[in-house]
Amino acid sequence: MKHTFQQFFRSGKFVFGFSIFVAILLLTFIYPLIIPDPPLEIVAQGTFFEPGIYVSVYDSLGTTPHTLNLDGAAAKRIASKLNEEDRLAMKEWLVAAGIPENEIDTADTQKLLDLWMDNYDPTENIPGMTNARRNYFIRLNNSLKGLLSTEGAIIAEVNPETGTLEQVDVITQTDYVNINQVANVRVLPFGTDNFGRDVLTELVAATRVSLVIGFVSGTIATLIGLTLGLLAGYIGGVVDDIIMFFTNLFTVIPSFVLLILISFSIGQEQRGAVTIAVVIGLTSWFWTARAVRAQVISLRNRDHVNLSKLSGHSIVHIIITDILPYIASYVIMALILQISAGILAEAQLSILGLGPRTTVVPTLGLMMNWALIYQAQILGKWWAYLPVLVTIALITFSMNLMNTGLDQVFNPALRE
Amino acid sequence: MPDEKNLCLSGSGLTKVFGFGRQKCVAVDHVDFNFYEGEIVSIVGESGSGKTTLAKILLGLINPTEGEVYFQGTKRDIGTQKKKKEYWKSIQAIFQDPFSSYNIFNKIDAVLLDCIHMRGGRRLPRAEKVALMTEACSFVNLKFEELTNKYPFELSGGQMQRLMIARIFLLRPQILLADEPTSMIDACSRSTILGMLMNLHFETGMTLIFITHDIGLAYYVSDTIYIMEHGKFIESGTPDEVILHPKEAYTRRLINDVPKIHEEWDLSTV
Ligand SMILES: Nc1ncnc2c1ncn2[C@@H]1O[C@H](COP(=O)(O)OP(=O)(O)O)[C@@H](O)[C@H]1O
Ligand SMILES: [Mg+2]
Repeated sequence: MKHTFQQFFRSGKFVFGFSIFVAILLLTFIYPLIIPDPPLEIVAQGTFFEPGIYVSVYDSLGTTPHTLNLDGAAAKRIASKLNEEDRLAMKEWLVAAGIPENEIDTADTQKLLDLWMDNYDPTENIPGMTNARRNYFIRLNNSLKGLLSTEGAIIAEVNPETGTLEQVDVITQTDYVNINQVANVRVLPFGTDNFGRDVLTELVAATRVSLVIGFVSGTIATLIGLTLGLLAGYIGGVVDDIIMFFTNLFTVIPSFVLLILISFSIGQEQRGAVTIAVVIGLTSWFWTARAVRAQVISLRNRDHVNLSKLSGHSIVHIIITDILPYIASYVIMALILQISAGILAEAQLSILGLGPRTTVVPTLGLMMNWALIYQAQILGKWWAYLPVLVTIALITFSMNLMNTGLDQVFNPALRE
Repeated sequence: MPDEKNLCLSGSGLTKVFGFGRQKCVAVDHVDFNFYEGEIVSIVGESGSGKTTLAKILLGLINPTEGEVYFQGTKRDIGTQKKKKEYWKSIQAIFQDPFSSYNIFNKIDAVLLDCIHMRGGRRLPRAEKVALMTEACSFVNLKFEELTNKYPFELSGGQMQRLMIARIFLLRPQILLADEPTSMIDACSRSTILGMLMNLHFETGMTLIFITHDIGLAYYVSDTIYIMEHGKFIESGTPDEVILHPKEAYTRRLINDVPKIHEEWDLSTV
């Protein structure tokens, strides 16, 4: 056995898959040590905040400013303030004022601004312009002027005695704070979800729970399949007939339909992550049972088994020492496949709304479910579902790689 | 002869049918025989004639479709695991292919220890067990010190088959069933192994059921020869009866297929 385990690592595919898997596993353990927030804590007021670094405005005001004179700072400021709608409106006005259309580039903020400052006249009218539209242009012009002004923003406080506003500070355009000195900064690498939770923290916790579901369901399925396969294959006769009757019965019924029905009948309240894992395990052992049985049948008439019988060993002893080691490699491969199948099954169930019902821990499937319910895919909030999809894909991919790698180790015909 | 000797193993109407319908295959077909204690009995037949199947029926590894096996004159009863274990103290086997006879995950020590345990030596002190294993190994010209902690697959085919004989040496069954024990072995080791089997037979007086496709070999070693064709015993008798005066065409063909015999007997006159 020891030799075999060393051989695993001779296969490049296995090592690659194993590394991805271990990396994911490590991340799920290390991340909570660094960011120990509860995964389902609602941090954001509102839905789907974009990924980015969130800096406390209040704390930045209180932080000692440094003066930095940077070229193009003003242009950047305006560029970030001018949205697409404003730019098109400016172009519309300029075209009406007689500027050739091909000379106006709405993407070039500085040039657009220069043209605007040279040509805009609040007293002039575009033909057919409503009063509201006219006021919009005036407001736009004023705010552009404000952005270009070099006077700072004034911070004022209410004087408790006189009740009047008193200037306490002026913030100029060249004031900068060091982000490291701001007391409250929150990085949200994957933004927030529909409930205002940090997607990354949630994702890490979900990955861990999903892996547990995979391991529990995979182990249950493999253990049941292995036991029944061994009994059916080795003992044969009536035992085989009975076991194979149920195995065939369950193979004919699509196990996912069975899974949906069981899940549904358990009811909302009882459906925890572990319950779902057990249900998945109980509905996915058939293939393992069939495969193990086939292997055992081909083994049970081998001479080494006959010799073990002649040595007076009991059936249990023979199954454990003369059959099991010969199919161990096979069982390990089946287990890996069952784990990844379990993770996928949970995701599928949860997308249908039949997954675990939990307010403490998320699962990968539940995150997909929430993203779908709140239409993240329609609203273009990719950060709510894409990282989840990638995680599921990575886990399945790494496990399949490990399996192909093991196949190479165990099956000499596939070795290069 | 039957009067002087005790019945050891007999069969009446033994039949084994594999499969059914179009795939039906009668591997052993209504076979009757009486094997006596201390004899060397050869069962000779070409490949596929049902020798191994009959051997497995005799060993109690598979159940016959029809017929009965009698052990020491009474109907054999191996209905329970316990009775089987008891039966296997009396009958043991050496299989054809040494490479598939051993569990590749078990060390050689385990193979030999199993035999000591089966003979009731489970509580013996370790040193005594080692002494027994060393004796068994030296009987077949192997050194136990060199084999301990090794795996059977680290040995050559001939050495593995000798280890099998060492196993029998420890077990001391009344009957040994050797199913073509030398057919997978190179010619040099073959005679060594045969010699060891004969030594074991003479030393312990065990009944040796020797299965082979080599009728020449059977002639040299056996007291009685049974010729098997398509699952049936078509001819039996002492070597002289069978080889020198074969009644069946099949037997003649088997004899003709052995090159060595031509030189010593002129079979065209028979
Ligand atoms: N387990 C089995 N299932 C079906 N057919 C079998 C089985 N074992 C042996 N046979 C068939 O029985 C016949 C006799 O085989 P065997 O006893 O191995 O012959 P031998 O040992 O003389 O070469 C062969 O035709 C073989 O195909
Ligand atoms: Mg054979």
